[in-house]
Amino acid sequence: MNTALELKNVSKSFGLVKANKNINLAVEAGSIHGIIGENGAGKSTLMNIIYGMHRADSGEIHFGGQKVDVRSSADAIEHGIGMVHQHFMLVPTFTVLENVMLGTEGGLMLRDGRGAALERLLHLSETYNLQVDPHALVSDLNVGQRQRVEIIKALKGGAKVLILDEPTGVLTPQEADQLFEILKVLRDDGVSVLLITHKLSEIMDITDTVSIMRQGEMVGHRKTSETSPQELAELMVGREVLLEVDRKPAKPAEVRFSAKNLGYTNAQGVVELEDINFEVRSGEILGVAGVSGNGQTQLMETLAGMRHLTSGSLNILGTEVTAADQTDPRIIRDLGVGHIPEDRHTHGLVLNFEARENMILGFQDTELAGSGKLFDYKTIQQNCEDKMAHYDVRPPNPRLNAKNFSGGNQQKIVIAREFSANPGVLLVGQPTRGVDVGAIEFIHKQLLELRDAGCAILLVSVELDEIMSLSDRIMVLCGGQNVGIIDSADADRQTLGLMMAGQRQEAAA
Amino acid sequence: MADFLYQLLLSLDATLRIATPLMLCAMAGIFSERSGIVDISLEGKLLSGAFVAATIAALTGSAWLGLGCAMLAGIFMSLIHGFACITHRGDQVVSGVAINILASGLTIVLGIALFKRGGQTPSLPREDRFTPIEWWGVDMMDSVPVLGTIYRQLISGHNMLVYVALLAVPLTALILYRSRFGLRLRAVGEVPEAVDSAGISVTWLRYRALIVGGALCGIAGAYLSIAQGGNFVREMSAGKGYIALAAVIFGNWKPLSAFMACLMFGFLEAATTRLEGVALPLIGEVPTQLMLAMPYVLTVLLLAGFIGKPRPPAAIGRPYHK
Amino acid sequence: MSTPTPPLPRWADLILLPIINLFAAFFICGLIVLAIGENPIEALGVMIKGAFVYSGGLGYTLFYTTNYVFTGLAVALAFHCKMFNIGGEGQALIGGLGAALASFSLGVYLPAPLAIPLAVLGAFIAGGIWGVIPGYLQAKRGSHIVITTIMFNFLAASLMVYLLAGPMLEAGQQSPQTAKLAESTLLPKMADMLRPLGFDITSSPLNASFLIALGAMAVFYVLVWHTRLGFNIRSVGQNQEAAHYAGINVARTIIITMAISGGFAGLLATNEILGFNHKVVLNFTAGYGFTGIAVALMGRNHPIGIFLAALLFGALTQGGGELDFEFQSITREMVLLIQGMIILFSGALAYMFNPPLARMIAKFVAPKDPANG
Repeated sequence: MNTALELKNVSKSFGLVKANKNINLAVEAGSIHGIIGENGAGKSTLMNIIYGMHRADSGEIHFGGQKVDVRSSADAIEHGIGMVHQHFMLVPTFTVLENVMLGTEGGLMLRDGRGAALERLLHLSETYNLQVDPHALVSDLNVGQRQRVEIIKALKGGAKVLILDEPTGVLTPQEADQLFEILKVLRDDGVSVLLITHKLSEIMDITDTVSIMRQGEMVGHRKTSETSPQELAELMVGREVLLEVDRKPAKPAEVRFSAKNLGYTNAQGVVELEDINFEVRSGEILGVAGVSGNGQTQLMETLAGMRHLTSGSLNILGTEVTAADQTDPRIIRDLGVGHIPEDRHTHGLVLNFEARENMILGFQDTELAGSGKLFDYKTIQQNCEDKMAHYDVRPPNPRLNAKNFSGGNQQKIVIAREFSANPGVLLVGQPTRGVDVGAIEFIHKQLLELRDAGCAILLVSVELDEIMSLSDRIMVLCGGQNVGIIDSADADRQTLGLMMAGQRQEAAA
Repeated sequence: MADFLYQLLLSLDATLRIATPLMLCAMAGIFSERSGIVDISLEGKLLSGAFVAATIAALTGSAWLGLGCAMLAGIFMSLIHGFACITHRGDQVVSGVAINILASGLTIVLGIALFKRGGQTPSLPREDRFTPIEWWGVDMMDSVPVLGTIYRQLISGHNMLVYVALLAVPLTALILYRSRFGLRLRAVGEVPEAVDSAGISVTWLRYRALIVGGALCGIAGAYLSIAQGGNFVREMSAGKGYIALAAVIFGNWKPLSAFMACLMFGFLEAATTRLEGVALPLIGEVPTQLMLAMPYVLTVLLLAGFIGKPRPPAAIGRPYHK
Repeated sequence: MSTPTPPLPRWADLILLPIINLFAAFFICGLIVLAIGENPIEALGVMIKGAFVYSGGLGYTLFYTTNYVFTGLAVALAFHCKMFNIGGEGQALIGGLGAALASFSLGVYLPAPLAIPLAVLGAFIAGGIWGVIPGYLQAKRGSHIVITTIMFNFLAASLMVYLLAGPMLEAGQQSPQTAKLAESTLLPKMADMLRPLGFDITSSPLNASFLIALGAMAVFYVLVWHTRLGFNIRSVGQNQEAAHYAGINVARTIIITMAISGGFAGLLATNEILGFNHKVVLNFTAGYGFTGIAVALMGRNHPIGIFLAALLFGALTQGGGELDFEFQSITREMVLLIQGMIILFSGALAYMFNPPLARMIAKFVAPKDPANG
């Protein structure tokens, strides 16, 4: 066997957190090797070490059988490593060609190397079917095109190892398939592909071998043909997992929340939501599926009053809201809408505030902060202690800053705050992103309990599995439009995938 | 009419003289800000350059040595800025304020310690300064009407540093848009992560941008104290660094537009001195203070989006974390 | 974003680190004094004596402290909202204008108990206006507050030169200044206030503004940590997106913050104009606005810390004056240098000593269990 890349006992800590512990990994030349693990398992850190963006505290890296010292990305590139980052590393104000040239300009002045770079770019784009206009501004490209530019960039120096970090998060299943075709061509050309993902299906579909990471450690290596999703999931999580949630049938009652021809056009004039219609009844969960970036965030924020709808109307527990109304999150909240935002670090919490302050965030004008003009810290403290006990937030310390809680406990703080207000309608975004498995089960259980208590819940998640297991009905968004709403009993990956790509439900079914 | 034109010519001549330090500082500001580092310390670097130029010229009798050391002084201040906000990821505005106050204090303290003249440096004899250069054929051109006067007054007869400043503008544009360094510089001010992942050191790139800027500010300082003037006076930068920064913003972080802004600000000041006490038709007498405050007023209006929309480098002010 | 070192204990972060930074600043300044050929220890001694020991020295020190408290609070309040208010200088200048206008227009007709609060309010409101415009432009039009407040400093200076040399120039005067303010709006000297109570202190410019400064500190504390507005300000400062999510009107909060911040800076005029100069003179702000940044940074945006930092800078300003008399080669401008160094080390390089210090402490103190992960 011909090993392209080998890691021996690589460790890396950030402060007191051990992100990678004694990692061993061998990647065969001309293969597609998957690395799978939950969010926060240390996959990205490991890739950044291989690519020289981080330095390992200890351990060895071997390329083509030789021990090397990778101190910077420059070293990695020189050793034939290319990387497509999860967040694209492109300069939007530059053309495609300028982006590709960056770092390999080929001379002091740009004109010295421009011709050669263009030739190389066109060659790569032809060989691997990576069509893109070299003279287009990157800011004018869509996500798929940008990813192609990233791949060209990674390959331009003749990479022998190509790392892709969660490349399909922004793609439809069909676009992802196209990407996989490209990866196969690369493999047949002798390139080793390292595919980082947390999606089991991708691993099963395309990889030759797979390594599994859990909490900073490498917990197993398998030949893909000799393993099963069940086994991989167990290794990822560390115990047997129920991929299904125990969900009783819903008993939907009256409509509590509905949207009619809802539209949202942003300040730049880009239409981000168009003609959205749905209703959510008391006692049911309406899931919203879609490739991330297809309007889910805009939908959630428009419903929560964080953005102003620009056309159509909403009906929230009997109150009509139209584009003419100047809504804000305060007004929506006062109508009885709870909101667990998609990104707790950006929206749900003030990380540098104490837990007790976060426990009244959004409720600072209510009795929770005291009944007088000034804050009553005794009330605030008591409120936090009670909710921490009820929702099992650990450690139960109201004076600890939010940033010092683990992801799951941070999410529990948000959930405790929003659930305790007894909302008639609940908007939930990515409830379990970056949350450990124990907390996931807890959160799912809480959501279903709230549903059964009569709350109307709208759930957005990029995890198709989560949508499918929690929702009673599923709405699919593509390009800011509602492709259709189907009963979750009728939903399978194939149907949803086609809908996510924009096919109407009649055609898809 | 001829008199008016002559007055205009003199104003344009003055404009060029006033705009020279602005142009140099603005180009410095462009290098630093396009790399993603806020540079309100232009003022301090300018002041340091002026002090060091005058001091060294006074001590050694060499204007060239003065110029060289002024550039080093500007670079030194830039390196402090870089050490604070690139190496230690400190707040760029705080660091800039610190450098400006340091420069104020240091120039006076050292000036008093060295020369005991209350912070001034001794007056330099003409030969130790950069003196106006008379171009070839000025006398011959004099016989040509209009053009001869323009040639003598506007084109010829400036000191060398004025021409250096004029050259700095196209050179900055060339480096920024046509060279490898420029491509990387523009990239690091927009998406430093992209530069890092391309195997280029963000730190070193930003340091180089600051160093170039420091040198340019040093030249501007030398212009103030050993070319336009003949010695260093306390606080002689008098806000020019801030006006240059305003010009950078006004020019939308582009060399040629910033150059035009410098000329405009320079012209406003030149016109102020000419218009002092003169009643204009329709408007009447314009208060000097209003004219002098115009650069600030215009910049505020621009920033508020009333005159076009400024587009600063995307990563400006943001320390780079791996 | 994580640092590869253990976190610094709270006590070290609050006390040890600032002291180390301060020491570093003084150390470098000491080296410069040494290079000039004077004895830095001796110079420090002169400054300390001048600030605290000489008769009246303490009064002067507290007089300057008052200025720094106002501008420090101004910068700190804006910092809590993550606004960088470099405009203290201009806001204080315009505060002087406000105090003068209040004094000239109404003060003449009213007795002191009414006239003084009115003049103080005039300073606060005028400073507030000069702060609220950049605040508005930032909140509603996205103009960067740092640049706008810098521009507003120059605009204020131009305006004041114009007014003091023109419309408001005292008749028959050459130097640009106003006439004396209405007697009823002048603040009493501290020495005069304390004498009837049986305390006999040396007369100094220290006046009733010192009490206003103490009051402002208390208001600041209650506002920031015990009111809903303060909660909103801190939320916007820590995380604008989360504040918006929580139903806080971000733009309005920024505008209000900048109004109050400018108002605090404007109060500087109570000390310099109502309490000391008794007329508006050019450049009475003398850089206090800029130093306010250092005061806020050193004081960690907390009133107690701000008072201590202001006291330090007040002592430096007063003690620095003594340098002129005692030394040949070093003068009061030395203080500018020290201020610059302090801003550099306590502000821009605030965390330079953090990693080595944290490592050192971690070696000696057994690490406690971190928060449940």
